[in-house]
Amino acid sequence: MKELALHILDLAQNSITANADLVRISVDENLTQDTLTISIEDNGYGMDEKQVDKVKDPFVTSRTSRKVGLGIPLMLAACQRCEGDLRIESQKNVGTKLIATFKHSHIDRAPLGNMTDTMISLIIGAENINFVYIHIINQEEFCFDTREIRQALGEVVPLSEPDVLDWIKSYINEGLSNLRGGVL
Amino acid sequence: MKTLKELEEIRKRTLETINVRKDRTGTRVVVGMATCGIAAGARPVLMSIMDEVKKNNLADVVVAQTGCIGMCRLEPIVEVYKPGEDKVTYVKVTDAKALRIINEHVMQGKIVEEYTIGAGDK
Repeated sequence: MKELALHILDLAQNSITANADLVRISVDENLTQDTLTISIEDNGYGMDEKQVDKVKDPFVTSRTSRKVGLGIPLMLAACQRCEGDLRIESQKNVGTKLIATFKHSHIDRAPLGNMTDTMISLIIGAENINFVYIHIINQEEFCFDTREIRQALGEVVPLSEPDVLDWIKSYINEGLSNLRGGVL
Repeated sequence: MKTLKELEEIRKRTLETINVRKDRTGTRVVVGMATCGIAAGARPVLMSIMDEVKKNNLADVVVAQTGCIGMCRLEPIVEVYKPGEDKVTYVKVTDAKALRIINEHVMQGKIVEEYTIGAGDK
């Protein structure tokens, strides 16, 4: 994958498949400690210990159309080549949390990429699921929460309405640009 | 500065068009968004389809996503379902190809033969 944002898009689909209704994505860039930490947390089916041990194996998947599942192994490889790691915490019927760490300045670290398009893709793909996206750069925080947007929109207007998607796009772009001191 | 207040204006403005979209009798455009699709470039394809649908005000077009359908080497894959017609599967789609699919197939009913799975897999 060319962007870490694409890994996030891919792995958040696992949460949707696990029947979660709330998915929290956080990106924490700590430039003092030179770390980049991405976490994806859901309240889906969860896995037992045995399954957690197995999901890093590319020949394990819950899907039926093929015998390989590359989402998690690809992210693991991306972390490991940047002096980082991928940790998976999960509890049956409670949810799953993936924590991916990277050395921020590592030469092999893929750019974070377009998080706005990743969030828009997730929102269009899963109309009934709420997403929280928190981005932290050196303790400065930007937070996006679809529950707030739904509240402002009332019950009838869906998030997939083009005007709403445009608003979300500008909102996230603006928030991230502010975090980076006006540079996107 | 984007504010939540603007959303309330959007709500008022869009209430009328929503019923059209809810009928779901129109065309469905489905983009494959599993690991294979995403790695091959499905996200920009999805974004360009959404932009084109908005630009042309295609209120009866539903854009949806699906998982892996088992032909990973042909991703990104886009399927077009028009009511009363056979499904058309487009392979190795790019954002530029997606624009033609929306303009020619979805809007004018002319299938873009050269991008279909029959022609594309050669």
